[in-house]
Amino acid sequence: MTYLTLSITLIFVVIPLVLSKTLNLGLERDTIIATVRSIIQLLLVGFILKFVFDSESLLYIFLMVTLMIVAATHNARNKGASIKGITWKVAITLIFVEVLTQGILIGLNITPPTAQYIISISGMVIGNSMVLSILFLNRFTSEVESHQDETELVLSLGGTPKQAIHNQLINSIKASMIPTIESQKTVGLVQLPGMMSGQIIAGADPIQAVQFQLLIMFLLLTTASVTSVMLGFLSYPTLFNQRMQLIQKS
Amino acid sequence: MTTDYKPAIHFNHVDYSINDNQILRGITGSFPEGKITTLVGPSGAGKTTLLKLCNGLLSPESGEIYIKDKQINSFEPVELRRKVGIALQSAPMVSGTVYRNLALPVELRGEKYDKKEAENLLRDVGLGEKFLDRKVTDLSGGQRQKVSIARTLVNKPEILLLDEITSSLDRTSLKEVEELITLINQKYGTTIIWITHNLQQALDIGDFTWVMMDGEVVETGESDLLRAPSNDRVKSFVQGGAQ
Ligand SMILES: Nc1ncnc2c1ncn2[C@@H]1O[C@H](COP(=O)(O)OP(=O)(O)OP(=O)(O)O)[C@@H](O)[C@H]1O
Ligand SMILES: [Mg+2]
Repeated sequence: MTYLTLSITLIFVVIPLVLSKTLNLGLERDTIIATVRSIIQLLLVGFILKFVFDSESLLYIFLMVTLMIVAATHNARNKGASIKGITWKVAITLIFVEVLTQGILIGLNITPPTAQYIISISGMVIGNSMVLSILFLNRFTSEVESHQDETELVLSLGGTPKQAIHNQLINSIKASMIPTIESQKTVGLVQLPGMMSGQIIAGADPIQAVQFQLLIMFLLLTTASVTSVMLGFLSYPTLFNQRMQLIQKS
Repeated sequence: MTTDYKPAIHFNHVDYSINDNQILRGITGSFPEGKITTLVGPSGAGKTTLLKLCNGLLSPESGEIYIKDKQINSFEPVELRRKVGIALQSAPMVSGTVYRNLALPVELRGEKYDKKEAENLLRDVGLGEKFLDRKVTDLSGGQRQKVSIARTLVNKPEILLLDEITSSLDRTSLKEVEELITLINQKYGTTIIWITHNLQQALDIGDFTWVMMDGEVVETGESDLLRAPSNDRVKSFVQGGAQ
Protein backbone atom coordinates (compact mmCIF):
# COMPACT_ATOMS: atom_id res chain seq x y z
CA MET A 1 0.00 0.00 0.00
CA THR A 2 1.37 3.43 -0.93
CA TYR A 3 1.00 6.57 1.16
CA LEU A 4 -1.33 7.85 -1.55
CA THR A 5 -3.76 4.93 -1.18
CA LEU A 6 -3.43 5.24 2.58
CA SER A 7 -4.51 8.87 2.43
CA ILE A 8 -7.52 7.90 0.33
CA THR A 9 -8.60 5.68 3.26
CA LEU A 10 -9.27 8.90 5.15
CA ILE A 11 -12.66 8.67 3.44
CA PHE A 12 -13.50 6.28 6.23
CA VAL A 13 -12.88 9.07 8.69
CA VAL A 14 -14.90 11.61 6.74
CA ILE A 15 -18.05 9.48 6.88
CA PRO A 16 -18.36 9.46 10.70
CA LEU A 17 -17.44 13.16 10.75
CA VAL A 18 -20.26 14.02 8.39
CA LEU A 19 -22.68 11.86 10.33
CA SER A 20 -21.63 13.41 13.60
CA LYS A 21 -22.06 16.90 12.18
CA THR A 22 -25.47 16.35 10.62
CA LEU A 23 -26.89 14.43 13.57
CA ASN A 24 -25.31 16.72 16.15
CA LEU A 25 -23.56 13.83 17.87
CA GLY A 26 -20.79 16.16 18.99
CA LEU A 27 -18.14 13.58 18.26
CA GLU A 28 -16.19 15.54 15.62
CA ARG A 29 -13.46 16.70 17.95
CA ASP A 30 -12.87 13.26 19.45
CA THR A 31 -12.95 11.62 16.04
CA ILE A 32 -10.30 13.98 14.72
CA ILE A 33 -8.14 13.59 17.81
CA ALA A 34 -8.45 9.81 17.57
CA THR A 35 -7.51 9.86 13.89
CA VAL A 36 -4.50 12.12 14.33
CA ARG A 37 -3.31 10.21 17.36
CA SER A 38 -3.57 6.83 15.69
CA ILE A 39 -1.69 8.10 12.63
CA ILE A 40 1.15 9.54 14.68
CA GLN A 41 1.34 6.70 17.20
CA LEU A 42 1.24 3.88 14.70
CA LEU A 43 3.65 5.48 12.24
CA LEU A 44 6.02 6.14 15.11
CA VAL A 45 5.72 2.54 16.28
CA GLY A 46 6.25 1.37 12.71
CA PHE A 47 9.50 3.29 12.39
CA ILE A 48 10.69 2.21 15.81
CA LEU A 49 9.87 -1.41 15.06
CA LYS A 50 11.68 -1.24 11.75
CA PHE A 51 14.69 0.19 13.52
CA VAL A 52 14.63 -2.44 16.29
CA PHE A 53 14.06 -5.34 13.90
CA ASP A 54 16.90 -4.22 11.70
CA SER A 55 19.26 -3.81 14.61
CA GLU A 56 18.37 -7.20 16.22
CA SER A 57 19.86 -5.80 19.42
CA LEU A 58 18.81 -7.42 22.70
CA LEU A 59 19.07 -4.07 24.43
CA TYR A 60 16.49 -2.51 22.12
CA ILE A 61 14.14 -5.44 22.53
CA PHE A 62 14.48 -5.10 26.26
CA LEU A 63 13.81 -1.38 26.10
CA MET A 64 10.73 -1.88 23.93
CA VAL A 65 9.25 -4.45 26.29
CA THR A 66 10.04 -2.26 29.29
CA LEU A 67 8.32 0.66 27.61
CA MET A 68 5.22 -1.48 26.97
CA ILE A 69 5.12 -2.56 30.61
CA VAL A 70 5.50 1.01 31.86
CA ALA A 71 2.72 2.27 29.61
CA ALA A 72 0.42 -0.63 30.51
CA THR A 73 1.06 -0.16 34.23
CA HIS A 74 0.29 3.51 33.95
CA ASN A 75 -3.01 2.75 32.23
CA ALA A 76 -4.16 0.05 34.62
CA ARG A 77 -3.19 1.48 37.99
CA ASN A 78 -5.87 4.18 38.05
CA LYS A 79 -8.55 1.53 38.33
CA GLY A 80 -7.12 0.37 41.62
CA ALA A 81 -6.23 3.74 43.06
CA SER A 82 -7.80 2.73 46.37
CA ILE A 83 -5.39 -0.18 46.76
CA LYS A 84 -2.10 0.68 48.41
CA GLY A 85 0.99 0.20 46.22
CA ILE A 86 -1.13 -0.73 43.22
CA THR A 87 1.45 0.60 40.72
CA TRP A 88 4.04 -1.92 41.85
CA LYS A 89 1.55 -4.70 42.12
CA VAL A 90 0.43 -4.18 38.52
CA ALA A 91 4.02 -3.79 37.30
CA ILE A 92 5.17 -6.97 39.04
CA THR A 93 2.20 -8.87 37.62
CA LEU A 94 2.91 -7.67 34.08
CA ILE A 95 6.61 -8.48 34.39
CA PHE A 96 5.85 -11.93 35.74
CA VAL A 97 3.36 -12.69 32.96
CA GLU A 98 5.82 -11.48 30.32
CA VAL A 99 8.75 -13.49 31.70
CA LEU A 100 6.59 -16.58 32.14
CA THR A 101 5.16 -16.55 28.62
CA GLN A 102 8.39 -15.65 26.84
CA GLY A 103 10.24 -18.14 29.01
CA ILE A 104 7.97 -20.95 27.86
CA LEU A 105 7.86 -19.82 24.21
CA ILE A 106 11.60 -19.39 23.83
CA GLY A 107 12.63 -22.03 26.36
CA LEU A 108 10.63 -24.77 24.62
CA ASN A 109 11.63 -23.49 21.20
CA ILE A 110 8.06 -22.67 20.23
CA THR A 111 8.98 -19.31 18.76
CA PRO A 112 12.45 -18.09 17.75
CA PRO A 113 14.12 -15.51 19.99
CA THR A 114 14.03 -12.78 17.38
CA ALA A 115 12.89 -9.19 17.81
CA GLN A 116 9.99 -9.79 15.44
CA TYR A 117 8.49 -12.57 17.56
CA ILE A 118 9.38 -11.30 20.98
CA ILE A 119 8.04 -7.81 20.45
CA SER A 120 4.80 -8.68 18.66
CA ILE A 121 3.92 -11.43 21.10
CA SER A 122 4.91 -9.32 24.09
CA GLY A 123 2.67 -6.55 22.80
CA MET A 124 -0.30 -8.88 22.72
CA VAL A 125 0.49 -10.47 26.07
CA ILE A 126 1.14 -7.19 27.89
CA GLY A 127 -1.84 -5.47 26.27
CA ASN A 128 -4.08 -8.33 27.25
CA SER A 129 -2.66 -8.45 30.74
CA MET A 130 -3.34 -4.73 31.06
CA VAL A 131 -6.96 -5.14 30.03
CA LEU A 132 -7.33 -8.02 32.46
CA SER A 133 -5.82 -5.93 35.25
CA ILE A 134 -8.31 -3.18 34.57
CA LEU A 135 -11.24 -5.61 34.46
CA PHE A 136 -10.09 -7.29 37.64
CA LEU A 137 -9.43 -4.10 39.61
CA ASN A 138 -12.73 -2.58 38.54
CA ARG A 139 -14.65 -5.60 39.68
CA PHE A 140 -12.63 -6.23 42.82
CA THR A 141 -12.91 -2.70 44.19
CA SER A 142 -16.67 -2.70 43.64
CA GLU A 143 -17.09 -6.22 45.10
CA VAL A 144 -15.12 -5.22 48.19
CA GLU A 145 -17.20 -2.12 48.66
CA SER A 146 -20.58 -3.73 48.14
CA HIS A 147 -19.81 -6.76 50.31
CA GLN A 148 -18.08 -5.03 53.18
CA ASP A 149 -20.71 -6.33 55.60
CA GLU A 150 -19.99 -9.90 54.60
CA THR A 151 -16.25 -9.41 54.96
CA GLU A 152 -16.74 -8.00 58.44
CA LEU A 153 -19.09 -10.85 59.30
CA VAL A 154 -16.49 -13.50 58.48
CA LEU A 155 -13.83 -11.63 60.44
CA SER A 156 -16.22 -11.31 63.39
CA LEU A 157 -16.77 -15.08 63.45
CA GLY A 158 -13.04 -15.75 63.68
CA GLY A 159 -12.18 -15.93 60.01
CA THR A 160 -8.85 -14.79 58.57
CA PRO A 161 -8.64 -11.92 56.06
CA LYS A 162 -8.16 -14.47 53.31
CA GLN A 163 -11.35 -16.29 54.33
CA ALA A 164 -13.17 -12.99 54.70
CA ILE A 165 -12.33 -11.81 51.20
CA HIS A 166 -12.45 -15.22 49.51
CA ASN A 167 -15.83 -14.90 47.79
CA GLN A 168 -15.19 -11.39 46.52
CA LEU A 169 -11.74 -12.38 45.28
CA ILE A 170 -12.93 -15.48 43.46
CA ASN A 171 -15.91 -13.65 41.93
CA SER A 172 -13.66 -10.89 40.63
CA ILE A 173 -11.10 -13.30 39.21
CA LYS A 174 -13.84 -15.25 37.47
CA ALA A 175 -15.64 -12.19 36.15
CA SER A 176 -12.48 -10.70 34.70
CA MET A 177 -11.58 -13.94 32.89
CA ILE A 178 -14.99 -14.55 31.35
CA PRO A 179 -14.60 -12.21 28.34
CA THR A 180 -11.35 -13.93 27.32
CA ILE A 181 -12.87 -17.39 27.53
CA GLU A 182 -16.15 -16.39 25.88
CA SER A 183 -14.47 -14.66 22.96
CA GLN A 184 -12.44 -17.80 22.30
CA LYS A 185 -15.57 -19.91 22.10
CA THR A 186 -16.86 -18.07 19.04
CA VAL A 187 -13.55 -17.15 17.47
CA GLY A 188 -13.55 -17.61 13.68
CA LEU A 189 -17.33 -17.97 13.52
CA VAL A 190 -18.26 -14.33 13.64
CA GLN A 191 -15.06 -12.58 12.86
CA LEU A 192 -11.49 -13.45 12.13
CA PRO A 193 -9.06 -12.30 14.77
CA GLY A 194 -7.31 -9.11 13.66
CA MET A 195 -3.87 -10.58 13.76
CA MET A 196 -4.85 -13.57 11.64
CA SER A 197 -6.60 -11.37 9.09
CA GLY A 198 -3.50 -9.23 8.88
CA GLN A 199 -1.29 -12.22 8.25
CA ILE A 200 -3.61 -13.60 5.59
CA ILE A 201 -3.81 -10.25 3.82
CA ALA A 202 -0.04 -10.02 3.96
CA GLY A 203 0.01 -13.30 2.03
CA ALA A 204 0.58 -15.94 4.68
CA ASP A 205 -0.81 -19.45 4.30
CA PRO A 206 -4.20 -19.49 6.15
CA ILE A 207 -3.32 -22.73 7.96
CA GLN A 208 -0.09 -21.19 9.18
CA ALA A 209 -1.97 -18.12 10.24
CA VAL A 210 -4.50 -20.27 12.12
CA GLN A 211 -1.76 -22.19 13.90
CA PHE A 212 -0.19 -18.98 15.03
CA GLN A 213 -3.53 -17.59 16.10
CA LEU A 214 -4.16 -20.70 18.20
CA LEU A 215 -0.84 -20.25 19.91
CA ILE A 216 -1.74 -16.66 20.72
CA MET A 217 -5.16 -17.58 22.02
CA PHE A 218 -3.80 -20.23 24.36
CA LEU A 219 -1.18 -17.77 25.46
CA LEU A 220 -3.87 -15.23 26.28
CA LEU A 221 -5.71 -17.79 28.43
CA THR A 222 -2.60 -18.14 30.54
CA THR A 223 -2.15 -14.39 30.55
CA ALA A 224 -5.71 -13.80 31.69
CA SER A 225 -5.69 -16.33 34.50
CA VAL A 226 -2.21 -15.55 35.81
CA THR A 227 -2.87 -11.80 35.73
CA SER A 228 -6.14 -11.97 37.66
CA VAL A 229 -4.99 -14.49 40.20
CA MET A 230 -1.66 -12.83 40.85
CA LEU A 231 -3.04 -9.31 41.06
CA GLY A 232 -5.83 -10.59 43.31
CA PHE A 233 -3.49 -12.23 45.77
CA LEU A 234 -1.16 -9.23 45.76
CA SER A 235 -4.04 -6.80 46.32
CA TYR A 236 -6.31 -8.26 48.97
CA PRO A 237 -3.85 -8.08 51.91
CA THR A 238 -3.67 -4.29 51.60
CA LEU A 239 -7.34 -4.09 52.63
CA PHE A 240 -6.50 -5.42 56.10
CA ASN A 241 -4.11 -4.43 58.85
CA GLN A 242 -1.94 -6.50 61.18
CA ARG A 243 -4.80 -6.97 63.65
CA MET A 244 -6.92 -8.61 60.90
CA GLN A 245 -9.18 -5.59 60.68
CA LEU A 246 -10.66 -4.05 57.57
CA ILE A 247 -8.82 -0.77 57.12
CA GLN A 248 -11.41 1.98 57.62
CA LYS A 249 -11.69 4.72 55.08
CA SER A 250 -14.19 7.49 54.82
CA MET B 1 -22.34 -0.15 91.22
CA THR B 2 -20.45 -1.71 88.37
CA THR B 3 -17.15 -1.37 90.18
CA ASP B 4 -18.09 -4.04 92.73
CA TYR B 5 -18.00 -6.76 90.11
CA LYS B 6 -15.16 -8.54 88.36
CA PRO B 7 -14.95 -6.97 84.92
CA ALA B 8 -15.23 -9.14 81.82
CA ILE B 9 -14.23 -6.15 79.71
CA HIS B 10 -12.64 -2.98 80.97
CA PHE B 11 -12.14 0.27 79.05
CA ASN B 12 -9.54 2.76 80.18
CA HIS B 13 -9.63 6.22 78.55
CA VAL B 14 -10.39 4.86 75.11
CA ASP B 15 -10.54 7.21 72.13
CA TYR B 16 -11.46 6.22 68.63
CA SER B 17 -11.57 8.25 65.44
CA ILE B 18 -11.69 7.68 61.71
CA ASN B 19 -9.39 10.10 59.92
CA ASP B 20 -10.09 13.38 61.74
CA ASN B 21 -13.56 12.44 62.84
CA GLN B 22 -13.58 11.64 66.58
CA ILE B 23 -16.21 8.99 67.26
CA LEU B 24 -15.47 7.87 70.82
CA ARG B 25 -14.00 10.07 73.52
CA GLY B 26 -12.49 9.05 76.85
CA ILE B 27 -14.46 5.87 77.36
CA THR B 28 -13.76 4.43 80.82
CA GLY B 29 -15.72 1.71 82.56
CA SER B 30 -16.33 -2.00 83.00
CA PHE B 31 -18.77 -4.61 81.82
CA PRO B 32 -19.26 -6.99 84.78
CA GLU B 33 -18.60 -10.66 84.24
CA GLY B 34 -21.66 -12.89 83.99
CA LYS B 35 -24.04 -9.93 83.83
CA ILE B 36 -26.21 -8.37 81.16
CA THR B 37 -25.27 -4.78 80.42
CA THR B 38 -27.37 -2.80 77.98
CA LEU B 39 -26.02 0.02 75.89
CA VAL B 40 -28.49 2.75 75.01
CA GLY B 41 -28.27 6.15 73.38
CA PRO B 42 -29.31 8.11 70.33
CA SER B 43 -28.37 7.13 66.78
CA GLY B 44 -24.78 7.92 66.00
CA ALA B 45 -23.74 7.97 69.66
CA GLY B 46 -21.01 5.41 68.97
CA LYS B 47 -22.62 2.27 70.42
CA THR B 48 -21.77 0.01 67.48
CA THR B 49 -18.25 1.38 67.37
CA LEU B 50 -17.77 0.60 71.04
CA LEU B 51 -19.03 -2.95 70.54
CA LYS B 52 -16.63 -3.54 67.64
CA LEU B 53 -13.76 -2.42 69.85
CA CYS B 54 -14.68 -5.20 72.30
CA ASN B 55 -13.88 -8.02 69.91
CA GLY B 56 -11.08 -6.44 67.96
CA LEU B 57 -12.97 -5.61 64.77
CA LEU B 58 -11.61 -2.13 65.51
CA SER B 59 -8.73 -0.98 67.67
CA PRO B 60 -8.66 2.14 69.81
CA GLU B 61 -6.63 5.11 68.77
CA SER B 62 -5.51 5.57 72.36
CA GLY B 63 -6.33 4.09 75.76
CA GLU B 64 -6.50 0.42 76.76
CA ILE B 65 -9.06 -2.33 76.64
CA TYR B 66 -8.78 -5.39 78.89
CA ILE B 67 -10.59 -8.67 78.42
CA LYS B 68 -10.61 -10.47 81.78
CA ASP B 69 -7.56 -8.54 82.96
CA LYS B 70 -5.56 -9.26 79.82
CA GLN B 71 -4.68 -6.53 77.33
CA ILE B 72 -6.89 -6.99 74.29
CA ASN B 73 -3.86 -6.92 72.00
CA SER B 74 -2.33 -9.90 73.75
CA PHE B 75 -5.01 -12.11 72.15
CA GLU B 76 -4.71 -13.47 68.67
CA PRO B 77 -7.50 -11.74 66.68
CA VAL B 78 -9.06 -15.05 65.67
CA GLU B 79 -9.02 -16.40 69.23
CA LEU B 80 -10.43 -13.12 70.57
CA ARG B 81 -13.32 -13.06 68.12
CA ARG B 82 -14.34 -16.61 68.97
CA LYS B 83 -14.20 -15.82 72.68
CA VAL B 84 -16.07 -12.51 72.25
CA GLY B 85 -18.85 -13.12 69.74
CA ILE B 86 -20.86 -10.38 68.06
CA ALA B 87 -24.24 -10.31 66.33
CA LEU B 88 -23.86 -7.38 63.94
CA GLN B 89 -26.52 -4.69 63.61
CA SER B 90 -27.29 -5.34 59.94
CA ALA B 91 -27.45 -9.14 60.43
CA PRO B 92 -25.34 -9.72 57.28
CA MET B 93 -25.56 -13.10 55.59
CA VAL B 94 -23.29 -15.01 53.27
CA SER B 95 -25.25 -16.05 50.20
CA GLY B 96 -26.82 -19.49 50.20
CA THR B 97 -28.90 -21.32 52.75
CA VAL B 98 -29.54 -20.79 56.43
CA TYR B 99 -27.50 -23.93 57.09
CA ARG B 100 -24.52 -22.50 55.25
CA ASN B 101 -24.68 -19.45 57.50
CA LEU B 102 -24.94 -21.47 60.68
CA ALA B 103 -22.08 -23.71 59.56
CA LEU B 104 -19.87 -20.75 58.69
CA PRO B 105 -18.18 -20.30 62.09
CA VAL B 106 -17.32 -24.01 62.16
CA GLU B 107 -16.20 -24.19 58.55
CA LEU B 108 -13.87 -21.27 59.13
CA ARG B 109 -12.03 -23.62 61.50
CA GLY B 110 -11.92 -26.22 58.74
CA GLU B 111 -14.48 -28.51 60.39
CA LYS B 112 -17.92 -29.76 59.41
CA TYR B 113 -21.06 -28.66 61.20
CA ASP B 114 -23.57 -31.27 62.26
CA LYS B 115 -27.06 -30.70 60.83
CA LYS B 116 -28.66 -31.88 64.09
CA GLU B 117 -26.86 -29.16 66.03
CA ALA B 118 -27.96 -26.58 63.50
CA GLU B 119 -31.58 -27.73 63.88
CA ASN B 120 -31.42 -27.49 67.66
CA LEU B 121 -30.00 -24.03 67.47
CA LEU B 122 -32.70 -22.92 65.04
CA ARG B 123 -35.34 -24.18 67.42
CA ASP B 124 -33.68 -22.28 70.28
CA VAL B 125 -34.07 -18.99 68.44
CA GLY B 126 -37.66 -19.78 67.54
CA LEU B 127 -37.25 -20.91 63.95
CA GLY B 128 -38.32 -24.39 62.89
CA GLU B 129 -35.85 -26.85 61.40
CA LYS B 130 -37.61 -26.39 58.06
CA PHE B 131 -35.65 -23.16 57.75
CA LEU B 132 -32.36 -25.03 57.47
CA ASP B 133 -32.45 -25.28 53.68
CA ARG B 134 -34.18 -21.95 53.14
CA LYS B 135 -32.27 -19.42 51.04
CA VAL B 136 -31.28 -16.42 53.15
CA THR B 137 -32.61 -14.09 50.47
CA ASP B 138 -36.09 -15.49 51.19
CA LEU B 139 -36.00 -14.60 54.90
CA SER B 140 -37.88 -11.74 56.48
CA GLY B 141 -35.97 -9.11 58.45
CA GLY B 142 -36.91 -10.72 61.75
CA GLN B 143 -35.97 -14.21 60.56
CA ARG B 144 -32.60 -12.92 59.45
CA GLN B 145 -32.01 -11.48 62.89
CA LYS B 146 -32.81 -14.84 64.44
CA VAL B 147 -30.41 -16.63 62.11
CA SER B 148 -27.78 -14.03 62.91
CA ILE B 149 -28.19 -14.60 66.66
CA ALA B 150 -28.03 -18.37 66.21
CA ARG B 151 -24.90 -18.07 64.09
CA THR B 152 -23.19 -15.98 66.76
CA LEU B 153 -23.99 -18.67 69.34
CA VAL B 154 -22.31 -21.40 67.27
CA ASN B 155 -18.86 -20.40 68.58
CA LYS B 156 -20.19 -20.59 72.19
CA PRO B 157 -18.62 -17.23 73.08
CA GLU B 158 -17.80 -16.37 76.70
CA ILE B 159 -18.80 -12.80 76.04
CA LEU B 160 -21.73 -12.03 73.78
CA LEU B 161 -22.10 -8.68 71.99
CA LEU B 162 -25.58 -8.02 70.61
CA ASP B 163 -26.22 -5.05 68.34
CA GLU B 164 -29.94 -4.27 68.04
CA ILE B 165 -30.85 -7.89 67.49
CA THR B 166 -34.55 -7.45 68.12
CA SER B 167 -35.26 -4.30 66.10
CA SER B 168 -37.29 -6.17 63.45
CA LEU B 169 -39.02 -8.62 65.74
CA ASP B 170 -42.67 -8.72 66.75
CA ARG B 171 -43.52 -8.75 70.45
CA THR B 172 -43.70 -12.54 70.75
CA SER B 173 -40.41 -13.12 68.96
CA LEU B 174 -38.83 -10.34 70.96
CA LYS B 175 -39.84 -12.01 74.22
CA GLU B 176 -38.54 -15.36 72.94
CA VAL B 177 -35.17 -13.89 72.09
CA GLU B 178 -34.97 -12.07 75.42
CA GLU B 179 -35.69 -15.33 77.21
CA LEU B 180 -33.11 -17.20 75.18
CA ILE B 181 -30.39 -14.65 75.92
CA THR B 182 -31.30 -14.55 79.60
CA LEU B 183 -31.18 -18.35 79.66
CA ILE B 184 -27.72 -18.40 78.05
CA ASN B 185 -26.59 -15.80 80.55
CA GLN B 186 -27.83 -17.85 83.50
CA LYS B 187 -26.91 -21.31 82.26
CA TYR B 188 -23.39 -20.59 81.01
CA GLY B 189 -22.57 -17.41 82.91
CA THR B 190 -22.05 -15.67 79.59
CA THR B 191 -21.37 -11.96 79.87
CA ILE B 192 -23.75 -10.02 77.66
CA ILE B 193 -23.46 -6.54 76.22
CA TRP B 194 -26.64 -5.62 74.45
CA ILE B 195 -27.29 -2.50 72.39
CA THR B 196 -30.96 -1.60 72.23
CA HIS B 197 -33.16 1.30 71.25
CA ASN B 198 -35.92 -0.18 73.33
CA LEU B 199 -35.65 1.30 76.84
CA GLN B 200 -38.29 -1.05 78.19
CA GLN B 201 -36.09 -3.91 77.01
CA ALA B 202 -33.10 -2.37 78.78
CA LEU B 203 -35.15 -2.27 82.00
CA ASP B 204 -36.52 -5.78 81.53
CA ILE B 205 -33.36 -7.69 80.77
CA GLY B 206 -30.44 -5.52 81.80
CA ASP B 207 -28.57 -5.78 85.08
CA PHE B 208 -26.61 -2.67 84.19
CA THR B 209 -26.92 0.09 81.62
CA TRP B 210 -24.53 2.47 79.88
CA VAL B 211 -26.03 5.57 78.32
CA MET B 212 -23.97 6.94 75.45
CA MET B 213 -24.25 10.30 73.69
CA ASP B 214 -22.00 11.95 71.14
CA GLY B 215 -19.20 9.46 71.59
CA GLU B 216 -19.16 9.64 75.36
CA VAL B 217 -20.55 7.54 78.18
CA VAL B 218 -22.77 9.96 80.07
CA GLU B 219 -24.24 7.68 82.71
CA THR B 220 -23.73 4.12 83.95
CA GLY B 221 -25.23 2.06 86.69
CA GLU B 222 -27.93 -0.49 87.41
CA SER B 223 -30.56 -0.44 84.68
CA ASP B 224 -33.02 1.23 87.04
CA LEU B 225 -31.11 4.45 86.44
CA LEU B 226 -33.28 4.79 83.34
CA ARG B 227 -36.30 5.36 85.59
CA ALA B 228 -34.69 8.35 87.24
CA PRO B 229 -31.61 9.58 85.42
CA SER B 230 -29.46 12.14 87.19
CA ASN B 231 -28.05 13.66 84.00
CA ASP B 232 -30.32 16.17 82.24
CA ARG B 233 -29.42 15.01 78.73
CA VAL B 234 -30.17 11.44 79.73
CA LYS B 235 -33.44 12.58 81.25
CA SER B 236 -34.62 14.17 78.02
CA PHE B 237 -33.36 11.18 76.01
CA VAL B 238 -35.30 8.79 78.22
CA GLN B 239 -38.43 10.91 78.05
CA GLY B 240 -38.19 11.31 74.30
CA GLY B 241 -37.23 7.70 73.65
CA ALA B 242 -39.39 5.84 76.17
CA GLN B 243 -41.94 3.62 74.52
N1 LIG C 1 -16.62 3.78 58.77
C1 LIG C 1 -17.03 4.99 59.20
N2 LIG C 1 -16.64 6.11 58.57
C2 LIG C 1 -17.03 7.33 59.01
N3 LIG C 1 -17.82 7.51 60.05
C3 LIG C 1 -18.23 6.46 60.73
C4 LIG C 1 -17.87 5.13 60.35
N4 LIG C 1 -18.44 4.28 61.20
C5 LIG C 1 -19.13 5.03 62.07
N5 LIG C 1 -19.02 6.34 61.79
C6 LIG C 1 -19.63 7.46 62.52
O1 LIG C 1 -19.43 7.27 63.89
C7 LIG C 1 -20.54 7.66 64.65
C8 LIG C 1 -20.97 6.53 65.54
O2 LIG C 1 -21.43 5.47 64.77
P1 LIG C 1 -22.03 4.15 65.41
O3 LIG C 1 -22.39 3.25 64.29
O4 LIG C 1 -21.10 3.63 66.41
O5 LIG C 1 -23.34 4.72 66.10
P2 LIG C 1 -24.50 3.94 66.86
O6 LIG C 1 -24.57 4.51 68.22
O7 LIG C 1 -24.31 2.48 66.72
O8 LIG C 1 -25.78 4.42 66.03
P3 LIG C 1 -27.12 3.59 65.66
O9 LIG C 1 -27.96 3.57 66.87
O10 LIG C 1 -27.75 4.41 64.58
O11 LIG C 1 -26.70 2.25 65.21
C9 LIG C 1 -21.60 8.07 63.63
O12 LIG C 1 -21.62 9.48 63.56
C10 LIG C 1 -21.12 7.48 62.34
O13 LIG C 1 -21.50 8.30 61.26
MG1 LIG D 1 -25.27 1.03 65.75
